[in-house]
Amino acid sequence: MSAAELSALQRPSDRLRRRQAVNRGMELLAWLAAAAAVAILGVVVSSVAKRGASELNLDLLTKAPVPFAIGSVKQGLVNAFTGSLVIVGLATAMTLPVGILVAIYVNEFAPRRIRNGLGLVIDVLAGIPAIVVGIFVFGLVVLGHGQSALAGSFALAVLMLPFVARATIEVLALVPDSLREAALGLGAPRWRTTLGIVLPQTVGGIVTGGVLAVARVAGETAPLLFTSSVGVSNGADWNPLHALQTVPVAIFELSESDNTGDHARAWAAAFVLLMFILLTSLSARWLANRSRRKLARGVR
Amino acid sequence: MIQTRGESASMSSTIEHAVRVETKREPLPPRERLQQVFDIQDLTAVYGSKPALKNLSMEVYKNLVTAVIGPSGCGKSTFIRCLNRMNDLVPSFCQTGTIRYHGQDIAAKDVDPVAVRRTIGMVFQRPNPFPKSIHDNVAWGLKVLGMKDNLAERVERALTQAALWDEVKDRLKASALSLSGGQQQRLCIARAIAVEPDVVLMDEPASALDPIATQKIEQLLHELKSEYSFVIVTHNMQQAARVADMTAFFSISRGEEGERWGELIEYDETEKIFTAPSDKRTEDYVTGRFG
Repeated sequence: MSAAELSALQRPSDRLRRRQAVNRGMELLAWLAAAAAVAILGVVVSSVAKRGASELNLDLLTKAPVPFAIGSVKQGLVNAFTGSLVIVGLATAMTLPVGILVAIYVNEFAPRRIRNGLGLVIDVLAGIPAIVVGIFVFGLVVLGHGQSALAGSFALAVLMLPFVARATIEVLALVPDSLREAALGLGAPRWRTTLGIVLPQTVGGIVTGGVLAVARVAGETAPLLFTSSVGVSNGADWNPLHALQTVPVAIFELSESDNTGDHARAWAAAFVLLMFILLTSLSARWLANRSRRKLARGVR
Repeated sequence: MIQTRGESASMSSTIEHAVRVETKREPLPPRERLQQVFDIQDLTAVYGSKPALKNLSMEVYKNLVTAVIGPSGCGKSTFIRCLNRMNDLVPSFCQTGTIRYHGQDIAAKDVDPVAVRRTIGMVFQRPNPFPKSIHDNVAWGLKVLGMKDNLAERVERALTQAALWDEVKDRLKASALSLSGGQQQRLCIARAIAVEPDVVLMDEPASALDPIATQKIEQLLHELKSEYSFVIVTHNMQQAARVADMTAFFSISRGEEGERWGELIEYDETEKIFTAPSDKRTEDYVTGRFG
């Protein structure tokens, strides 16, 4: 290569300069979009925290709400927090076994055509609006049996199912076929192979899916309005056969009140809910990383 | 294939020399006096619309090591995976012909593949220990198959037979994944023989291992063949010459429309295959002149 050609390479052409400018522009746009996402989260969390600050104390979690309170009465939303715990806990208990079994069938046993069909069904289920699920459970359970925490958790379980199933399918697919072959080659039946060899590899991933699903439904309001909102107790109530107050429904009701103290309590409850979802998401991430590392060690 | 005469002559003489040294062994009794394990007739195996093997007929004998050699894509792996119904796991797979195992056709649709794999074990190309402890790797199969009596004793015997016991006896609770590749493969052999199969199929068991680990596994085959029958697929002709009593040579045939499938070319005593093959294609392959 001659000296003249070399110096031509060092001197950028107009075309190269234009490309570099476009590149810088696109980079900036992407950076701005990312910054906007972070900023929105920051603004939401900080404004919720600021407005609820006056009511953000232990009383919120332990004291019962007092309707038509006169003067400064210490009150909280203990009924909403216990109710949410009961309903989300029951929903998780209902959805985990079903979701895991669906995933095992789809990934381990179903012929390819059924597998694709079921995968589509799961994705469609994930896209059903929460309010539609609420109306469905209202028609199925509430008409005839009345509202109850059980009906509410059933509605939430329907919403959680596709998330748990999808997450479990993904981790099952990560388990290398060589492990299945090793077990089957010993003369182990398929179900023993699945339970004894494949499933233990996926526990971390399944827990992650479960925790993410919990985070997703903990803030659902619409299905609970239909299924567990009328005639709720003001005190801590753990009976799943009663209609129980929940955090999102409480936020909705308090926000409609004309009392400024109620508004502050709604903000405070929203902040607690946000923190709960943030923490569950973080722990899900931590568990997912851990199980991925474990799987990576297993695969050679 | 472009090759000078000088190269090809020196190459083949080296291989012949190596083979002559390594195949010194007791002559086999005549085939009529050997007990058959498999009697395979007209086996044709197809993946989707692609034939992998066509019209294969051969017998496999008890307490011998039978090697299957041949170029890549000649259907060696397909063949041994037919012998314990492992191909059932491939959705598009389909086979015709009969595979009589001690007289019973195990290729028949009404035969339970789980029962077949119970007596015909398999060791795979890449070591695939379970992500469990060394002990549990061997014990899992025993537990699943209900052989729970004297579990510790059975585990020790299998690990001893696989020449691994001395290396792992002090750390049976350690993860199997902490073992070296060669140790993992011997663990897989221990796992396979712990459940007392009749036949052990090995799909290139040493191809991912270094020469020392390979030698250990070949040694194992010599010691264990009095108890089991082995069918071993190998890319390595010297390995076949060293370990096998009988050798089958597979090759690729091409149809008029360019389709390719694997075919059994020659099946005989190992010494004969390597020193006096009756087919030109076998001779070309074992002397390195194939292509």
